[in-house]
Amino acid sequence: MADLQDIQVIDPGVDESIKKLTPERIERTINRVLTEESAARLQIYLDTCVHCGLCAEACQSYISRDGDPDYAPVAKVKDTLWEMVKRKGKVDGEFLHNAARIAFIDCGACRRCSAYCPFGIDISYLIMTVRRILNLLGVVPQYLQDTTNSHAVTMNQMWVQQDDWIDTLMWQEEDAQAELAGTRIPLDKEGAEIMYSIIGPEPKILAQLIANMAIIFKVAGADWTMPSTDGWDNSNMAMYSGDFETMGRVERLHWERAMQLKVKRVVMGECGHAYRGAVYDGPRWLGWTKPPIPMVHAVEYYYELLKSGRIKIARKIEEPVTVQDPCNIVRGRGLHHKLRYVINEICEDFHDMEPRYEHNYCCQAGGGLINCGPPWKLSRMKSNRIKADQIRETGAHTVITPCHNCHSGIEDIIGHYKLGCHVSFISELLVKTIEMPNAGEEA
Amino acid sequence: MARLLQRVGDDEGSDWMVDREEWNWDTGKKLVCDLRALQDRFDEVHEWAVSADGERIAAPVLTAPDVFRVWVNDSLWEGEYEKAWHLVFGPDGRLTALVRVEDEWTVGIDGELWDERWEFAWNPTFNRNGSVIAVQIKDNMEYTVAVNGRPWEQRFHSSRGLVVSDDGSHVAALVQVEPLAEADTVGFMEGTWSVAVDGMPWERKFINVYGPAITADGTHVAAEVRLDICDYTLAEDGVLWDNTFGCVWEPTYRNGRRAIIAPVRTGGSWTIAENGSPIWDSRFMQLWNQRVSADSEHIAAVAAPGFGLWTVVVDDRPWRSSFNDLVLPPVFSADGRRVAAGIRHDGEWGIAVDGETWAESYDMVWDPVFTPSGDRVAAKVERDGRFAIAVDGKVWSPWYEALWEPVFSPDGTRLLIRAVENGTYFRQVVPFDSTFQG
Ligand code: SF4
Ligand code: SF4
Ligand code: SF4
Repeated sequence: MADLQDIQVIDPGVDESIKKLTPERIERTINRVLTEESAARLQIYLDTCVHCGLCAEACQSYISRDGDPDYAPVAKVKDTLWEMVKRKGKVDGEFLHNAARIAFIDCGACRRCSAYCPFGIDISYLIMTVRRILNLLGVVPQYLQDTTNSHAVTMNQMWVQQDDWIDTLMWQEEDAQAELAGTRIPLDKEGAEIMYSIIGPEPKILAQLIANMAIIFKVAGADWTMPSTDGWDNSNMAMYSGDFETMGRVERLHWERAMQLKVKRVVMGECGHAYRGAVYDGPRWLGWTKPPIPMVHAVEYYYELLKSGRIKIARKIEEPVTVQDPCNIVRGRGLHHKLRYVINEICEDFHDMEPRYEHNYCCQAGGGLINCGPPWKLSRMKSNRIKADQIRETGAHTVITPCHNCHSGIEDIIGHYKLGCHVSFISELLVKTIEMPNAGEEA
Repeated sequence: MARLLQRVGDDEGSDWMVDREEWNWDTGKKLVCDLRALQDRFDEVHEWAVSADGERIAAPVLTAPDVFRVWVNDSLWEGEYEKAWHLVFGPDGRLTALVRVEDEWTVGIDGELWDERWEFAWNPTFNRNGSVIAVQIKDNMEYTVAVNGRPWEQRFHSSRGLVVSDDGSHVAALVQVEPLAEADTVGFMEGTWSVAVDGMPWERKFINVYGPAITADGTHVAAEVRLDICDYTLAEDGVLWDNTFGCVWEPTYRNGRRAIIAPVRTGGSWTIAENGSPIWDSRFMQLWNQRVSADSEHIAAVAAPGFGLWTVVVDDRPWRSSFNDLVLPPVFSADGRRVAAGIRHDGEWGIAVDGETWAESYDMVWDPVFTPSGDRVAAKVERDGRFAIAVDGKVWSPWYEALWEPVFSPDGTRLLIRAVENGTYFRQVVPFDSTFQG
């Protein structure tokens, strides 16, 4: 039985919206999505599942909640999409309230369970279909919807105004220069090799990460640029709220900006879901099979710089560290070995989590979960006791999180379970450890 | 980089045609400036801007820590600024920069600053002959637009998407007309955005507005509007098209015909609609970046006929060839008979003209440029970090350290090269013959 506290959470984005729906609209919307948007793939998955339950042990929320069957991946589909199909869209408000909780809060679309299903059924895709339906009904947790609205207006996730963006880059350039003379953040440099794109929260609340990267680029002697206008944000919460039109608009702009800047590739900051949006879901919705221009995740880029000697480590971090393998770049892209190469270059004392690599548990913050905001925080914490156990066992003082959602999610877990450690992006460790050229010397 | 700041889908047109007749078209090479000396002379030299006629090159420079000045052809604007960036030569050849003085921003033009300054000013946008310059501004936490230095009276909660009519008589921008509290998702759906023309917003408010377009004489403005979660259409002067669509992209005016065209998604696939109704029979998985020929008779657009297949569609007929990475916005010849576009296929960049792909491929390509007669095509290309002009499928000029896009003389017999070699910026007019003679 699903957690009573969770069931009782009131979220105006869900509950107020449900009040406005008519049975006809619910039925019409569900059937439209089922027949027009996802018919073939959906039916294959639903027909293939043999209800064996092997996927259950894969899911951090099921394990963390002592094997409550309501949190098994197959149950999450059974209680949402399956019922919608079975009842031909004739479901009521209470059903949608529960479906929203399950689809937006209990499943982080991390895809761990697909690897455990003998048929490789993509539960995450089925859950995303539920989200699509709920989005078209206007039933989306308020905070997540607000980030989607921000994307729709500003093309970034955090309502960053165009002038604030330029201003932030300018003062980050000054901050970076205070650390390393001559560091620049070149704006709109047509023909640079690299366009660097980041996610909305960086200019808003973590601006020093931009300066960090400018320093790394400077030390590496990179030819790079950032756009001074919309298209700089590679993140995409619209992808997770089910507003695929807004998702597509954001991704189109991001890629067209790269084309206009005539760059050879896009390097993106440390984020997992943004990688998924910019490399997989976004391009595919728009008609591309892959990103039109190569995209390189920060982890791959750091690997390239360290491996080739373009940046060197002067002194390693001594305290024990561990790493959260972000689903979207590890299960999604296989970057785990490069990630460990980078960490071992920077840190003396690395302790892996168990299980790890593509088997690592999700942080329960990705998939738009953390963006659902304070009403749902306790639920996220309950759903990830296993992550707290994993971190505690490593004995690490620092959890390296090369993904913004993992970063915030694990910070919450550390606080909630009183683990006494802290989180860090790789760039924060790199600027502490790399060899800087002598002041004034050109990199 | 002025182009970058215009909205996606803008017609990059032939602004330079305005005074091209008057440029020096005598063949010969003129060394304009030794850029290496410049790097020694100043603490920092930022991104270059080059005038369309090639006579001038400019950059923001730092003459001391935190002291920005604007350098152009070996002389400096008089002023010293806290910041100077975004140097653009306007269509009339005047050099503009965004500058910060005493913590406030304004526009500098050939060394003279506008009288008024604001908390922020950005996105300078020009009319066709460059006599009108509009910028977005923020002043006392409110947003609006300043035209030739004078702000609109009306203030907004936010603003973006600035357009100026070709004749400079009207300016439009997307504006947020209602406040929105944090996380007010209900208020958002009631509509907080509109389009302001010369400061006056349309009466109707929308959930979202995108991609404004303005007629050449500025008398009409069109924009994409969002009416519901997944319900979009086009609006002109505040009046909606009769039909709505699952998604739309930015509109374009067909000036000669007083018509608006836009890509629309209907029944899960894309086509071009004019004044509300589809005008093409073909349907595509994707369709965008439509361009209209100068005579308004022809429409070319980038399309995906299938998943991962990209091509150009001209007047409802897709090219036979397609490309698997991308196709850049198409370019018409002046007479509208021919269409060319930059493409990327299997990771290699190239140029395709009327569906035929050049045999040579490059590390990067810039937009193809037709001769005035439309018979031949030139493009700036890059290989191994050096740049050249390729013509009709073959590298034609020498390779340079840096190069700006080629410009033809009005009669098409000569070509202007703006380039850097051995650290020196030069302009060179060469005969446009089958082989390069410089
Ligand atoms: S959270 Fe991950 S493992 Fe759990 S059901 Fe969702 S996709 Fe599967
Ligand atoms: S493991 Fe696969 S087949 Fe078994 S219940 Fe889960 S989704 Fe169904
Ligand atoms: S936030 Fe990190 S761990 Fe969680 S789903 Fe995203 S990538 Fe995976």
